[in-house]
Amino acid sequence: MEKSSLSRRDFLKSAGALATAGCLPLTTVELAFADQRKNFTFAYVSDSHIQHIKGSDFVRNWDRGLIRAVAETNLLTPKPDFVVFGGDLAQLGKKSELDHGAEMLARLNNKVYCVMGEHDYYLDLGEYWSELYGPHYYSWDHKGVHFVVLNSILTYDKWTYERWPTAEQRMNEMAGLDNPNGSPFMVGKKQLEWLRQDLAKVTKETPVVVFSHSPIQKIYKGWNFWTEDAEQVQALLRPLDDVTVIYGHVHQIQYNQIGNISFHAVMATAWPWPYPESYAQAESHLARLTVPMNRADPFFERDATGWQFVDMASGRVAMKYNLYNNTNRVVAYNPKTGQPEDTAYQDSGQRVSPQVHY
Amino acid sequence: MHRKVALLSLIVVVAILIAGGIALMADEFTAKDQQRWQEEFMSVVQTGRELWVSPELGANGVACAQCHPNAANTHPETYPKFQQQLGRVIALREMINWCLMNPLEGVPLKLDGPRMVAIEAYVAYERRGVAMAPGKH
Ligand SMILES: [Fe+2]
Ligand SMILES: [Fe+2]
Repeated sequence: MEKSSLSRRDFLKSAGALATAGCLPLTTVELAFADQRKNFTFAYVSDSHIQHIKGSDFVRNWDRGLIRAVAETNLLTPKPDFVVFGGDLAQLGKKSELDHGAEMLARLNNKVYCVMGEHDYYLDLGEYWSELYGPHYYSWDHKGVHFVVLNSILTYDKWTYERWPTAEQRMNEMAGLDNPNGSPFMVGKKQLEWLRQDLAKVTKETPVVVFSHSPIQKIYKGWNFWTEDAEQVQALLRPLDDVTVIYGHVHQIQYNQIGNISFHAVMATAWPWPYPESYAQAESHLARLTVPMNRADPFFERDATGWQFVDMASGRVAMKYNLYNNTNRVVAYNPKTGQPEDTAYQDSGQRVSPQVHY
Repeated sequence: MHRKVALLSLIVVVAILIAGGIALMADEFTAKDQQRWQEEFMSVVQTGRELWVSPELGANGVACAQCHPNAANTHPETYPKFQQQLGRVIALREMINWCLMNPLEGVPLKLDGPRMVAIEAYVAYERRGVAMAPGKH
């Protein structure tokens, strides 16, 4: 295993490289938008899955992903207006994990808005997370854009409250992505009504950006790349002119356009997930629009993980994927075609072999 | 007397051999045999699945399924193949041990031990129906 220890040294080398700001693609494309106040950026970090081993030990690999995202985000110039954390801060919802993750997030030089992930929720139903980050769903306005955070990882009450003898078992069952004992994610009636009332205060022309943990669309139910009441959420967003949904959970590049709604997924800082099409027994509805991220090279432990830098200058989203061991990607709304597109690889002639998943 | 008993035993043995003759033939088997063999196989697949999701397999609580739900993205049909990061052709089980030692920070399994066979059985089972493609990248 001599080669393996060589690779380990390479890991260390690349981990050290983050200190060099020169490696970072930090240039903001300042589009000439009539109203300069509308030009702003934010950063998006997600799915860190901080995992407690015992005592003061946490899984080093996942820790490194979040530490790196925070360090790089702090180096951004111009400074983003805020940072969103997209959920799954913890692996098993433990106080120790949320505390350890929160400590790392606290090093961000920005205001942080947090989204609930299923790994944060199903131990104590979000109670401790709330002590750290407040309400599970909320909204705010920023420079002419209306932002909404949804808690989209709820499920049937019977599953949550009646099926499992202990909270720990409930958490473990939901934590297994491919566990057939899991249950489909949903926003739920109460929150749908809240969203209806929240959007009633927003004019049709106001750009709206929704942050959720699960995709508010149906891609593959077996891994909960899915929200059971996605259509009902989409229906509430339909009357608006410009809507973007940004979601975590899938740990991979995805994007789609459904009617007036643009969808963008974000990378995890912890580990990448396979595309559902690479599970031979699954039927996947991944948008044909999506040019996948490269297949991960496991010998680079940060490969196929990363974080995002989001440019709102056009009123729509330009999603810049900062990939630790790979060529960065930019997926931006194309006003000519009315959908998000990869600025380099969208054309099928431009694709590279590692983007083929099987 | 002794001889009579011996002769009787011989007759009984021969009778058993004739009556059960079909079962003793190497190349014929019944649907019931097939069902039993399938059950044996599936119980090993089940063991493999349990290991796949187990936080105990490695040393840091990380399970195989955390990165490979349903064993996806493991490409068993492409092995043996040139694992470019190691610079040689390897079998799938060597890659399984690589994962055990690196992301799972644990100790490798015995290459022909029952746990390795179970994991391989599970990975292959999840990939059933896919054409063999040794060496593919
Ligand atoms: Fe996640
Ligand atoms: Fe998740």
